[in-house]
Amino acid sequence: MSVITLKVNGRTHSLDVDPTTPLLYVLSDDLELRGPKFGCGLSQCGACTVIVKGEAIRSCSTPVKDVEGVEITTLEGLGSPEKPHPIQQAFIEEAASQCGFCVNGVIMTAEAFLDKNPKATEAQIQQALAGVLCRCFTHVRMHRAIMRYAQGRA
Amino acid sequence: MKKFWKATSPLALTPEALSALKAAGFSRRDFLKTSGALLVGFSTAGPASQPAASQALGERAGAASPPANQVDSWIAIAANGNVTAYTGKCEIGQGMSTVQTQLVAEELSVPLNRVTLIYSDTAFTPDQGVTSGSGSHPANFNNTNLAQGAATAREALFRLAAAHLGATADQLTAADSVISVKNDPAKKVSYGQLVGGKKFNLTLDRNAKRKPASEWKVLGTPVKREDLPAVVTGQFEFVHNVRLPGMLHGRVVRPPAVGATVVRVDESSVQDMPGVVQVVVKKNFVGVVAQKPWQAIQAADRLKVTWTPGTGLPSYSRYYDHLRNQKPTRDTMVLDSRDSEQKLAGAATVLKATYYHPHQMHGSVGSSCAVADVQADKATIWSPTQGVWPQRNTAAMVLGLKPENVRVIYRRGSGCYGLNGADTVSYDAALLSQAAGKPVRVQLSRQDEMAWENYGSAFVMDERAGLDAQGNIVAWEHESWSPTLGGRPGNETPGNVITGMLAGFQPQEFAPRSPAPEPREFNNNGNAVPSYVAGCIGAECYGTGTIKSARILGHNVRSSFWTGPLRSPGRLQNTFAQESFMDELAAKAKADPVAFRLRHLRDSRLSEVLQAAAKAANWDARPSPKPGIRKTGVATGRGVSCVLYEGRNGYCALVAEVEVNQSTGQVAVRRMFAGNDCGPISNPDGLRNQIEGGALQGVSRALLEEVTWDDQKVNSFDWKTYRSLPLGFEAPKIEVVLINRPNERAMGAGETSITLVASAIGNAIFDATGARIRQVPFTPERVKAALDARA
Ligand code: FES
Ligand code: FES
Repeated sequence: MSVITLKVNGRTHSLDVDPTTPLLYVLSDDLELRGPKFGCGLSQCGACTVIVKGEAIRSCSTPVKDVEGVEITTLEGLGSPEKPHPIQQAFIEEAASQCGFCVNGVIMTAEAFLDKNPKATEAQIQQALAGVLCRCFTHVRMHRAIMRYAQGRA
Repeated sequence: MKKFWKATSPLALTPEALSALKAAGFSRRDFLKTSGALLVGFSTAGPASQPAASQALGERAGAASPPANQVDSWIAIAANGNVTAYTGKCEIGQGMSTVQTQLVAEELSVPLNRVTLIYSDTAFTPDQGVTSGSGSHPANFNNTNLAQGAATAREALFRLAAAHLGATADQLTAADSVISVKNDPAKKVSYGQLVGGKKFNLTLDRNAKRKPASEWKVLGTPVKREDLPAVVTGQFEFVHNVRLPGMLHGRVVRPPAVGATVVRVDESSVQDMPGVVQVVVKKNFVGVVAQKPWQAIQAADRLKVTWTPGTGLPSYSRYYDHLRNQKPTRDTMVLDSRDSEQKLAGAATVLKATYYHPHQMHGSVGSSCAVADVQADKATIWSPTQGVWPQRNTAAMVLGLKPENVRVIYRRGSGCYGLNGADTVSYDAALLSQAAGKPVRVQLSRQDEMAWENYGSAFVMDERAGLDAQGNIVAWEHESWSPTLGGRPGNETPGNVITGMLAGFQPQEFAPRSPAPEPREFNNNGNAVPSYVAGCIGAECYGTGTIKSARILGHNVRSSFWTGPLRSPGRLQNTFAQESFMDELAAKAKADPVAFRLRHLRDSRLSEVLQAAAKAANWDARPSPKPGIRKTGVATGRGVSCVLYEGRNGYCALVAEVEVNQSTGQVAVRRMFAGNDCGPISNPDGLRNQIEGGALQGVSRALLEEVTWDDQKVNSFDWKTYRSLPLGFEAPKIEVVLINRPNERAMGAGETSITLVASAIGNAIFDATGARIRQVPFTPERVKAALDARA
């Protein structure tokens, strides 16, 4: 165990954790955040995605010590039920969810990609989601929500 | 530490229940003593006499918990007009809670935001079995219970209002919780005023009149899912997010091979690891409890367990022969006109084909998770189970507790599509918590989820049919083989899933039966009877088709793998074979596949969905395959399929358009068109979401998904070894045509479209290339082999 400083959604936390712990467990258990989720623990599904320095990263496979001190954004850092972020609002408008478990990975991956590639085409956006899974197969609505958001910000 | 959203209350009332009761202005105890309220109980005893209702607020489930059959569902209208409804049907991701809220709001003429739904908690909600079938069954909509309860309340309020306003009930109308005189709207009274400080205990009136669909204002409209704002902002509490004070984290250690049993567990191998609290062994169940999840994971990896060798698995490459030849069998004769042999002998042409469908998995995106707090003689389990009451009864068996001392509270898990790891992980958490004497959370590893879940069953299906000289089908025979082991635990079989078995319980015993008894009634629940068969038992015919002569026989054999319901269980497999074979028959008769189907159907609703899908697709009426096929390059084609799901539970037809790359065997589905009729539509947007999702999940299952194994164990245990179409694949455009029949019986829609996808795609591949694929999944290798085998 050692004390690690994490900056999450604009707040700083000092935590006594094993520095090799994957970031996901620290976020969801020590900080009790509900956005990032454990899906596979193998970098295969995207459920655990958070944004670090503008990149969508898979927190299930990132040791917490690797992100010490850098700003980490989770799904709850984008917006709230009262004030959703425009991409979250687009998912609400398009009813782009069934069970909702995968939604974190879909939104965070798309958001990080569009932030870096604001002029991306539909095909490029789709490509960016190549490693993200939704087993309820809400694909059509999710694509629609992301396109609505992408067009709204253009 | 900052708490996000609502913290999980360890008290007897769930946070939702607490806030609902507070919003309604009373607690369960309070309303019994003081507050005014109008209550509708669903049993003759009435809610006020129920022990559950007298349970003190905040008291833990324990000795005071009511016997299973006495927990009553009810609707309560508080003095301020707020409505609370208790239901045993949960929200597993298909929007059932929104629809149930719509039902109550509609029948009571109250705004949606005044209705609070409390679901699936054995301390408060009635035993309504399991919420299954992805909403495929009308009971999930609680049409008869909840809606009837709300209608009972409305009629009572109208009687009160009639007396209050000096009018007769039929002169009154209700809107927004206010009843007024139709032709004198100034004369009005609110529900709150009517209830006032008084208390009314009503029993559900089966004769209370439901509102006719023509008067619906809320039902039938695309009301938005109430859970979405919390879900998309990371505030929603999944079972994975349940946190209790003092909670520890558990990890299970599953056997390395099927049938392996524990020889020895060396606890000292993890003794000095940080955070390890306990190693738990109960028969063949092994697990580790630690302070933190990462510590539990590392300890479980490190723990030295010696196992016996596994019992071995049947050869993967010869599995379908193994199924066909395995003895003993349990046989079911679904239909036998006793003349099919003779009709086939006299037919102008006889066609035969065998189809194969693999084991597939639920493969939830999130591996299953549960939290349990087991103390000396009582337990509370937060579980993603589809049935809180069966989970309560079987968890009690696993724990050796009285069922009435176990409380199960539903919390949503990752979408399950049937029996995923939800029940088994609830036992895992319960066993580890019992051993540790502290609350324990368990989330399965990806591999433990995928290697041990109750898979959708494999099927071998023989089809045989005869055509007369005019190209009419004169007889159809269907014979299938499918393996079975375990399943839903029900109320007394925890051994039907892996943890129960490891802890010493037996799965449901296999009961051989051969020959099959003669069918006494028509039962097409498994869609073993093709849609084109008349289904006659004696003088009555119950099927949707015209073919009188048929023999439909199924064999179950013992499975080496756990099996259980997976979205459209058996129905998808049978329909794949039959709808593909129907296409083969149409091609033989040189008939257009849609026209050929219509010619053999006698149920007009099935014909109508078929025509609707064909029309939307701008169906090119001609026989398959397409004329002038070239054997190279990319070929395009269209295929169709239709079904009356479960023989009585939802009409659907699907057209698929595909592109086949003939040099690689790669299949891409470009567009799909679905026609769907499930009677009255409660929420058209929710319904579309289900049909679209089912269709796409069907594409993934048809093209990619298959459980595989070596001689000892399942070796498809992650997303590299078990493939699923990701968000990044180019999804086909899907057009859904909904046929609304407000005055018909409500049917399900969660499993209709998925049932048709494999056959519609297979038929489209045939149309495009002339090659017939009879084995799912349609992998490039398999498609290529079929293309190469063309004459
Ligand atoms: S949980 Fe991290 S990618 Fe699946
Ligand atoms: S909405 Fe359930 S996994 Fe995507």
